[in-house]
Amino acid sequence: MTVNETRITAPILVEKNTRRGMARFINIALLLIFGALMLIPFLWLLSSSFKSQIQIFQYPPQWIPDPFQPENYINALTYKPFHLYFRNTLIIAISNVIAVVLTSSFCAYGFARINFPGRDFWFAIVMATLFLPYAILIVPSFMIFTRLGWVDTFLPLIVPQFFGGGAFNIFLMRQFFRTIPEELADAARLDGCSEFGVYWRIMMPLAKPALITIAIFTFLFAWNDLLAPLTYLRSPDNFTIATGLASFRSQTDISWDLQLAASTAMTFPVIILFFAAQRYFIQGIVMTGIKG
Amino acid sequence: MTAQPATTEMQGNPLVRFYHRLSLKQRRTIIGYVFIMPFILGFIFWFLIPALVAGYLTFHNWNLISPPRFVGLDNIERLFTDPILPKSLQASFVYTLFSVPLGQIFAFFLATLINTRVRGISIFRTIYYLPTIVPAVASAILWAWIFNTEFGLLNAGIRALGGSRIAWLQDTGWVMVAFVIVSMWSVGGTMIIFLAGLQGIPDTYYEAAEIDGAGTWAKLRHVTLPMMSPIIFFNLVLGFINSFQVFTTAYLLTDGGPQNSTLFLVLYIYRTAFQSQKMGYAAALSWLLFLILMIFSVIIFKYLGSRVYYVNPGD
Repeated sequence: MTVNETRITAPILVEKNTRRGMARFINIALLLIFGALMLIPFLWLLSSSFKSQIQIFQYPPQWIPDPFQPENYINALTYKPFHLYFRNTLIIAISNVIAVVLTSSFCAYGFARINFPGRDFWFAIVMATLFLPYAILIVPSFMIFTRLGWVDTFLPLIVPQFFGGGAFNIFLMRQFFRTIPEELADAARLDGCSEFGVYWRIMMPLAKPALITIAIFTFLFAWNDLLAPLTYLRSPDNFTIATGLASFRSQTDISWDLQLAASTAMTFPVIILFFAAQRYFIQGIVMTGIKG
Repeated sequence: MTAQPATTEMQGNPLVRFYHRLSLKQRRTIIGYVFIMPFILGFIFWFLIPALVAGYLTFHNWNLISPPRFVGLDNIERLFTDPILPKSLQASFVYTLFSVPLGQIFAFFLATLINTRVRGISIFRTIYYLPTIVPAVASAILWAWIFNTEFGLLNAGIRALGGSRIAWLQDTGWVMVAFVIVSMWSVGGTMIIFLAGLQGIPDTYYEAAEIDGAGTWAKLRHVTLPMMSPIIFFNLVLGFINSFQVFTTAYLLTDGGPQNSTLFLVLYIYRTAFQSQKMGYAAALSWLLFLILMIFSVIIFKYLGSRVYYVNPGD
């Protein structure tokens, strides 16, 4: 399932050598053009975030910030209590990761490895909820959380995750568990291991790559999501980075250089995470896409 | 966790005694349900009950302050008389109609580009994928700056080429183009799925096609596309659901404007519920969104699902 790097789209016969060279050249040229198109917004963000207010409005636009103003970041991140937003986002994201890693793998084990009447029915429901975006239920959920007294706390953003951690993650973990040979579990059972022991002691350690994958995607989702925190968190002290930055944007007096510096600051940790765990990203996407 | 050392006090427990009287099959059923119990409870708490509450709210008016008031079918009638709803539906449908097919084609194209043996190809893969992980809030602010009429990078480029400035986010004719451009920038996830699919096609299929005299186009049409059809189908369904969920970009880039031309359904639901405090009507709108997603999913599965070619696992 790893993305193989040493393959050619189609084998080309030897006598077509010149055509092959030509195709290769075009391929590389296109790679460069589209690579540049994808990269330009990033570079522009980075460059603008270091510019002075005067330079940011210059025409024609300049790529090199002069004067170079790293203090934009300090100004942006102290304009609002971003350290608080950062802490709030981390609390929510880490709780979500714990919830998802524990409960989605737990449910997935039942779906993957135990045969019982009604299992396929419930798995069909898991798959059905995969097609229901949470936005559909945000209005009634808000009423429920109001009644529970959970609005303006982190609870609506954390507690539901402890119930299986979302269809996507259950599905992904189930697919992974199915690839682990059943003999391992049988051996453990012969040694007197209960089904919960098999799950916790045999399957979980083996599923580490899949668990890291869902942990990363859960963290990213919590870090990036706007709709749910915007709906449930009211007082500015409870804001996440996403809602903090969004409220930044709606205030027209905040200049572009600060908005862009704050946006870069929000993106930076995610990019670090990506480079640290690139392998798991690719694996996660490929697993969901192919093995369905 | 060794075999339960059945202590005397455990055996005294009626639950434990009951469990030991069961057959092995019955025990496995219980264990199975224990494992999937978090999902079942979650489904009841966070899907079934909210769906019932949405049904209740549809027949009530609730402004978040005074208690809900029964209004009968008022909120459903309003779906047909609301002058803004057609604009909102139009925004969602037009966006889906363009962003989904174009996104699929572009992602497929990029996947074929990076499916080559060139030194440093992994750098290109990274560059193409990176935009998808940028937080939507940050990406919306970035694009708002790029689309800026006076000082934006895009208009600077157009002017350098001799064109005149476009009011990307203020002109109803251009704003949808702007949204589709943003969606094109983040097709990296779809691209990676396509790439994995392309790499799963055995070389021998192409060799056989070449012996039969197939050119580049014929190979694409008769080998690549049929082999990729389950993946194309998967990406299409996913892309469709995502495009109906677009919220953050619209909320920050245009806030639904100009003249409600980017008031996508989820944004309209959010605004109706939490800015106009019409929870009842927002619930009715949520039901409408649910209905649309259902109908589309059925159509996609019925008409495209049957055309998907699955390779026999024994091959």
